[in-house]
Amino acid sequence: MPLIETHSLTKRYPRVTALDGLTVDVEPGIVGLVGANGAGKSTLIKIMLGLLDRDAGDLRVLGMDPATDGEAIRARVGYMPEHASLPPDMIAAEFVTHMGRMSGLPKAAARERASEALRHVGLYEERYRQIGGYSTGMKQRVTLAQALVHDPDLLLLDEPTNGLDPAGREAMLGLIERIGTEFGISVVVCSHLLGEVERICESLIAIDSGKLLRADRISSMTRRRDVLVVEVDEGTDQLLDHLHGLGLPVERAGPELLVPLAGDETFDQIMAAVAALDLPLHRLDQRRHGLAELFADAPLESSHG
Amino acid sequence: MAELTAGAGGVRPAGRTPGGVIHDIGYQRYTGPRLGRSRVVLALFGHSLRTAYGLGRTAKAKVFPGILVVLGVAIAVVAVAIRTQTGEVEVNYLQFVDTMSVPLLLFLAVIAPELVCRDLRSRVLPLYFSRPLRRSDYALAKLAATLSAAFLLLAGPLLLMLLGGLFAQTGGAHGAWHEITDFLGGLGYAALTAIVWGAFALPLAALTSRRAIAAVVIAIGFVVTTPVVGVLMSLGGTTARQLASLANPVSLVSGLEAWIYRTDVQDIGGFGPVYLLVAVALVAVSTAVLLLRYRKVAA
Repeated sequence: MPLIETHSLTKRYPRVTALDGLTVDVEPGIVGLVGANGAGKSTLIKIMLGLLDRDAGDLRVLGMDPATDGEAIRARVGYMPEHASLPPDMIAAEFVTHMGRMSGLPKAAARERASEALRHVGLYEERYRQIGGYSTGMKQRVTLAQALVHDPDLLLLDEPTNGLDPAGREAMLGLIERIGTEFGISVVVCSHLLGEVERICESLIAIDSGKLLRADRISSMTRRRDVLVVEVDEGTDQLLDHLHGLGLPVERAGPELLVPLAGDETFDQIMAAVAALDLPLHRLDQRRHGLAELFADAPLESSHG
Repeated sequence: MAELTAGAGGVRPAGRTPGGVIHDIGYQRYTGPRLGRSRVVLALFGHSLRTAYGLGRTAKAKVFPGILVVLGVAIAVVAVAIRTQTGEVEVNYLQFVDTMSVPLLLFLAVIAPELVCRDLRSRVLPLYFSRPLRRSDYALAKLAATLSAAFLLLAGPLLLMLLGGLFAQTGGAHGAWHEITDFLGGLGYAALTAIVWGAFALPLAALTSRRAIAAVVIAIGFVVTTPVVGVLMSLGGTTARQLASLANPVSLVSGLEAWIYRTDVQDIGGFGPVYLLVAVALVAVSTAVLLLRYRKVAA
């Protein structure tokens, strides 16, 4: 059963069309929903939760129609909104317990699962502190914990890394990846940063102005791989020939040579080649071979990293 | 550590490594019961009612409700003491509710903002609305909690007065029965007051996300029409005087008391049913405003 199916899904606001005939099927797993701000990501999520009505088209979430089964969907979905904040004077464990009860867990189960959820997001030691004293990153984790407390089948995360510093972003992305792979919960991650979600997602849906740009499994879009970028001040052709001679599939891009990274030995091979040819090495660094090129024409903001 | 004391020759369960048990601390799926929407609303009601009295919250949040509870109980204890000492009923059940009117108004001005403004201010509502319960469920659970909290503030001391009264009365079984009906009358009046005032106060609180402002708005809401009542009382004819109390939620409830319990707190002539109608309308309109407010609030 597909996780989410939409067919000609349309939502119009008085001045803008937020979703314009969107048709896409989403298989379970970690799914990235990317698009610039205002592309219609949050609108899609709210329609999936049954919080907004669609104007036209069909939609199934977990096999149910949000317009009629919104309650049943919301019982099995965890939602982390973009701008949510938390009651500062409540203790994190109490708050997550309360939210578990609001999702239909009996009291004792809610208490137990709140502790578990806070442990999984890495706040076990701090769970009896007031939320007001938490850092932004910790608050985001509490928001994630409340979405996880009732063991949903699907997590909808709207810009989960917003407002986090680079280390916080890394930690949050790592956490989401764990939830999707180890916990067996499907995750839809909304982001305007393609580079951020492509690393953890198994499939990607790119929308722009409410229209589908592309939806596919990441593996079929591009091999996820790293490349080494080598640049020498002179003798680029020489090095290219030498590396070809070693059987490395080197590509030339202007002054740079791109070598697919197979392991640590790739580094060694390049260093040995540069040393053997006695070339002045300008730089040698590792770069992620990203999806950004695939969306080069689309008005997406590129990743900072 | 039974595993370690089992000894080297002991048979270990398959899959366990020597030297101890590896605890599975991975993610566990939840297989227990999931309660329906009505139970969720009930849980929200219970949580809100506890919040109103500061239960499950910081010590600071317990101070104000605590003072009012102690005040109510103290009045009841004094009333019972006077009655057992002198045999005279100085404060009856209805009079107790009237005595508590200012504390009850203060209580509402504090707890109504407490119950709704905190969630509005911390923008936590999207987390509620993405769960099974509906917007109207949320609003009605908060309303029920406000009314119940107000009622309990009066009902507790009334019960104390009943227990004292049953010991103090000398009329035997007949007297006891009389005492109980008086108590039930007082309880009904307490419920009436809690419903009309609570329903009036909560939508006022929900208009703003700032608790202090909400408290002031509620206070103003309760007193803003008192001059109207005053002017009509002093200048109007008999009919105007008898209808004047409709203009304010506090005097409206006294008017109802006068009609239902035939007390002489107010002269409302034969307009009792009008008072009832206006009270019902006030509760209905207030509830509608509250529901409308939560239909508009962003999710």
